[in-house]
Amino acid sequence: MTEQPFSARARARRLFALMLKEARQIVRDPSSILIAFVLPPILLFLFGYGVSLDATHTKIGVVMEVPSQSARDLAFAFQASPYFDVRLATDRRELEGPLARREVRAIVVIPAAFDADLHKRSKTPEVQVIHDGADPNTASLVQGYAQGVINSWATVRAIGAGKARPDSGPEDRMWFNPEQTSRYFLVAGSVAVVMALVGTLLTALVVAREWERGTMEALMATPVTATELLLGKVVPYFLLGLGSMSVCASLAVFVFQVPFRGSVGALLAISSAFLLPSLGQGLLISAATKNQFLASQIAILSSFLPTFLLSGFIFEINSMPKVVQWICQVVPARWLIPSLQTVFVAGDLWSLFVKDIAVLALFGAVFLGLAVSRTRKQVA
Amino acid sequence: MWTRLQSLIVKELLVVLRDPRSRIILMVPPLIQIVIFTFAATLEVKNVDLLVLNRDEGKSGLELVGRLEGSTTFRSVKPVHSPSELRRAIDEQGALAGVEIAPTFSRDLVAGRPASVQVVLDGRRSNAAQIVDGYIGRIVSDLTADENEQRHRLPSVPRVVPRNWFNPNLEYQWFTLPGLIAIIAQLIGLMVTALSVARERELGTFDQLMVAPLPTGEILAGKMLPPLIVGVVHITLYVIASVAIFHVPLRGSLVLLYGSALFFLAATVGIGLFISSLCATQQQAILGAFLFVAPATLLSGYATPIENMPGWLQTATLANPLRHFLIVTRGVFLRGMPLGEVATNTVPLFFIAVVTLSAAAWLFRKRME
Repeated sequence: MTEQPFSARARARRLFALMLKEARQIVRDPSSILIAFVLPPILLFLFGYGVSLDATHTKIGVVMEVPSQSARDLAFAFQASPYFDVRLATDRRELEGPLARREVRAIVVIPAAFDADLHKRSKTPEVQVIHDGADPNTASLVQGYAQGVINSWATVRAIGAGKARPDSGPEDRMWFNPEQTSRYFLVAGSVAVVMALVGTLLTALVVAREWERGTMEALMATPVTATELLLGKVVPYFLLGLGSMSVCASLAVFVFQVPFRGSVGALLAISSAFLLPSLGQGLLISAATKNQFLASQIAILSSFLPTFLLSGFIFEINSMPKVVQWICQVVPARWLIPSLQTVFVAGDLWSLFVKDIAVLALFGAVFLGLAVSRTRKQVA
Repeated sequence: MWTRLQSLIVKELLVVLRDPRSRIILMVPPLIQIVIFTFAATLEVKNVDLLVLNRDEGKSGLELVGRLEGSTTFRSVKPVHSPSELRRAIDEQGALAGVEIAPTFSRDLVAGRPASVQVVLDGRRSNAAQIVDGYIGRIVSDLTADENEQRHRLPSVPRVVPRNWFNPNLEYQWFTLPGLIAIIAQLIGLMVTALSVARERELGTFDQLMVAPLPTGEILAGKMLPPLIVGVVHITLYVIASVAIFHVPLRGSLVLLYGSALFFLAATVGIGLFISSLCATQQQAILGAFLFVAPATLLSGYATPIENMPGWLQTATLANPLRHFLIVTRGVFLRGMPLGEVATNTVPLFFIAVVTLSAAAWLFRKRME
């Protein structure tokens, strides 16, 4: 008996055949496997061991204009600090050249009047720090560390003189991440980046190639509908994205010892919700460009870079100018990062997850809807 | 020979520039990137929402709240009335940090005991949280120091007076823009090159090139020069944008910047051509280029200092052309880097370029046979 081309059974068979074809293409091409399963470990490894904002052993110079007892004491405190590698001098001009050549990142100047001011009640002694402002991050870090060294030096002195109890400062509690390891939040970010790559870049490339070679038109000439065609693309890449996410998450937890305090179900729900807009974006880009070079450039620009820079994963959204903050609101990853970070280091917090998933699903519906209508229009 | 080479270069440039959409994609997005990402890529922490649970009825508790409100770091300082309210707000990321002032705060200060203030931070965003912790700590210790000085006549703590060379107000854009020039030049240079051979192989025109009466060396030069030209045009655009729109000071010599850029682009083109010769399809070439760009960017010192990396990884970054060129772009813009130093940082680029170009040429010749 022949099947009707539009019967439910025929549709299911067609869809299955399309997915199978797509899955074969994925497995056959080493580059998709590379992006889905080789790039994640590399990124995690670099975030785990290579890239760190926590500075130790920053090279600085310390200038004692007059090597009085207190100046030598303070210089010693800098030498003893794990944050600094100290190069001593008695004249700041000796170190100005090295600062300009980046051989030292800052010069701490203990002025000639330091010792005298220290013993005067009317004056606050000053220590000058000359920073390399060309690198503002390092400058602010060094500034904070230098003040810390001087504070504890002053406290130790006061205690030694029997004049003070230790000023412990405020007691701080870093919830979820007491050791303040930057690896913890970087991992959530790399999961997001990898899913954005598989969902948007890879999908955009593959579908753009079909358009470029004309095989898309060939498929359109068959009884397959535009929705079926796109569904046949979406499902395999959706699974690939989830697979890649699982590799990332397992590596993070079992190799890099990132805590996982939420549930696997929650992680899957959040990731699936994020893959919808990612895939939708990929399909839309390919249908709009029909060219692999253009598709890859637009995908990198509209998906990879925003996921990296505008999602709040490295850079605080609140610190950005208002206009950029608005742009951040339409970056899907901005709605993924808080939930991902929570499911790893805090636990299940459904009030947050449900809101984020709803927003992601909405983005997904818009992108996928646009992709379907765009593809349909091109058939006509 | 020159006319043959010339027509090859024109052909390669046409491949990239013929399509009006390609022209737009090569020029417009990088400019958008520069505007958006320059503003976004800042590690400053501003506009923070802070919660305060003040259980102290004394004068010092109010004084502390007043000082927190006066700080420019915080956009809002909201009072909360119970620890559970504080907990919930931080859980749901309604606030980055909370300050709990203990009932004994004022009394402790009078008695000269350590101040009883607790700062609760959202460790999910540990980077920003640490910076905010530092700000709050400074405000609290300033307050206790002031009180101690008044009451207990303690010697004052030395003050740190910062002075910033090259960038007196620590403008972040002055730091990010010269870096972005290098990043985007690399991205575009690599993508254009990586696609060149792979596209011909995918479309089958590579065979035509093989049978054409052209020496391999000329075909190779024809593949290498156009991305170099595109890269130089890009760098020019960004230099103009940095200076004219963002007012980044250009203190050094443009000639030195371009001189160094040529070696950087040559190294990049070598890598791109190597990847391209390795790949059979455009998809592989694009993804392969990407697989190189992502780690190279992370290991360049662009976002995080190289000094913070473990020693062996620091050694590995020496092979990364972006690392050396970043020093040059930042140096020429902000430091007015002299010839000697530009040369020191360009010599490694020269060697990397020799290696990558020879490797690419070798693989390309192998493919031609």
